[in-house]
Amino acid sequence: MSETAIDVRDLTKRFGAFTAVDQIRFSVRRGEIFGFLGANGAGKSTTIRMLCGLLEPTAGTATVGGYDITREPEQVKRNIGYMSQRFSLYDDLTVRQNIAFYGGVYGLRNNRLRERMEWVLTMADLKGHEDTMARHLSGGWKQRLALGCAILHQPPIVFLDEPTGGVDPLSRRNFWELIYRLSSEGVTVLVTTHFLDEAEYCNDILLINAGKLIAAGSPMELKIRHISRPILEVRTDNVVRALESVRGQLWALETSVFGTALHVMVEDEPGGRVRIESTLRGEGIAVHGIERILPSLEDVFLYLLDQDARRQAAA
Amino acid sequence: MIRALRPLLVKEFRQIRRDPISLAMLLVLPVVLIVLVGYALNFDVKHVPLAIFDEDRSPASRAFLERFTHSEYFNHQHTVTTYREIDRLFTGGLVKIAVVVPSKFGEELLAGRDVRVQILVDGSDANTAGQATQNAARMTAEYSNRVTAFALWKKGATFAAPLDLEPRIWYNPDLLTSHFLIPGLIGFIIVLTAVVSTSLTVVREKERGTMEQIMVSPLRPIQMILGKTIPYLMISLVAATGILLIGYLLFDVEVRGSLLLLYAGITAIVLGGLGQGLLISSLTDSQQVAFMASVLSSLLPSFLLSGFVFPVANMPVVLQVLSNLAVNKFFLILVRGVMLKGAGLSAVWEQLVYMLIFAAVTLGIATRRMQKRTL
Repeated sequence: MSETAIDVRDLTKRFGAFTAVDQIRFSVRRGEIFGFLGANGAGKSTTIRMLCGLLEPTAGTATVGGYDITREPEQVKRNIGYMSQRFSLYDDLTVRQNIAFYGGVYGLRNNRLRERMEWVLTMADLKGHEDTMARHLSGGWKQRLALGCAILHQPPIVFLDEPTGGVDPLSRRNFWELIYRLSSEGVTVLVTTHFLDEAEYCNDILLINAGKLIAAGSPMELKIRHISRPILEVRTDNVVRALESVRGQLWALETSVFGTALHVMVEDEPGGRVRIESTLRGEGIAVHGIERILPSLEDVFLYLLDQDARRQAAA
Repeated sequence: MIRALRPLLVKEFRQIRRDPISLAMLLVLPVVLIVLVGYALNFDVKHVPLAIFDEDRSPASRAFLERFTHSEYFNHQHTVTTYREIDRLFTGGLVKIAVVVPSKFGEELLAGRDVRVQILVDGSDANTAGQATQNAARMTAEYSNRVTAFALWKKGATFAAPLDLEPRIWYNPDLLTSHFLIPGLIGFIIVLTAVVSTSLTVVREKERGTMEQIMVSPLRPIQMILGKTIPYLMISLVAATGILLIGYLLFDVEVRGSLLLLYAGITAIVLGGLGQGLLISSLTDSQQVAFMASVLSSLLPSFLLSGFVFPVANMPVVLQVLSNLAVNKFFLILVRGVMLKGAGLSAVWEQLVYMLIFAAVTLGIATRRMQKRTL
């Protein structure tokens, strides 16, 4: 297989008059963890579903594992694993029966099926629960079993559509460890998420909004490329009032609330500090501290989404 | 191809076994329905409650009325002496028919004059009223013939009716409703359960997302369709056998023709029902909608259009044309032919072909829609 696992060229999907995915173009290197970010309804799932052969694209092409998704869907299906946010398991079958079914669907038999079943049980930490009904498993276990069933046939490319939805933080971290392990074995992982902290784990990320590609690159690249100006974190007693008074000032390029603190992007650090302090004091809001911070991906994305909205408003 | 089906079949049977309610619906419900309908849907009219108003009270009137009181078609419930009482009995629903014998009945008969006997019928139940009137008329005519014959014999002549109708009813000599309905019920029940069960299982998989998971696998649509069809075909054949046994044991309905041909017909109609169910599931996304659509699309045509109760030949032309969409129509002709008349393949092959066409079309469209990735 070449170094490119997935190559997407101007992929478009329209449902009637609504364009869900609009001429998206990107490529994923082999063995990479590729994050696909965007709000709900941005077009992430639609793109994945086209790449898996569940939906026919309206226009554009893509190759997955070197196979064309519209001309060779059967070959594509043999080379991918797919797991959706629904953890598609049979509730009324046991853990072992679920694995046996999905293994059988991919043509695994006898020794190979036994071997892979062992692997999944170990990987998902389900040893001793082989005969438990899938419906009685907790979210984290269901999630790992669903992943196991999706990669029983050892596909070189794995699509994970919101795989961490509705799962507790500890399970989420365990799950990412599994993704790392897969990647280290050379498996290409394309994962969609709307958790920005998860995006930090990816080698490369792609941000889409309203079906359009907005930015692409590694998390570090994105931070450096798009956020060249300093970001100051302001701690006050009343973050809401502070936001109201700072937002709209010409020198405040970008404002957003992070927990109990306010993030403000300014032209330069010393000037920004002075202006923030005087503005808040003037409003009678106590300032406990102002600190320059490294931008988080969240800063980057909020900034990019804001830019995108302004471009659209201008157009 | 066949090997790839194994996991699908194993999974389907495991799920069916885990779901006793659905299994009961598939196997027990048909049997319960046939017992219920077999006893309840009975158009034979016997033991109609009868009132007698004998104004004559002569030996002749008693002899005439004996025919009614000893008939299995009527139950002699009341003897009255005024019309008012008859009125009261009718209004209270206590009798459905009343015979009024006029005074001087015996005298007039002996004198050889015409006598009018009155029969009053409660017409609110048209079917019962019609049949009871017919039976009463026939019994009166028979008695009248006897009187004529007796009178002629006394005068030394012999009586011969110029025309003598000698009805001989084939296939169901006792005209038992159950013999007519039970073969039809097989198709009715089997189609209903086949359509409902397949559409529900496929839509359930769509709701859970497992259908999507199977769709990204290399399985072909035809394999998925077969994986859903084969288990339910087998269950339906078992259910049909149950119905045949109950029909034989409780209602004396036997199979006069070839069992093989009968089962070929059952297989054809089950395939049609499964195709219809899969088609519905490819068009709907929720179990409620699928259930309503399956029940309506299988129950109404089976009951109203197929000729199960109402003969197709009596329908308006538009409905006769529409009746061809009710696959049960063809099954009914086949099953009544094979079970009651002992018809062979040469008599029913057309029906078999129609049913197979219906199955091929529905299954074909369902497979096609799976291929189009819309299921």
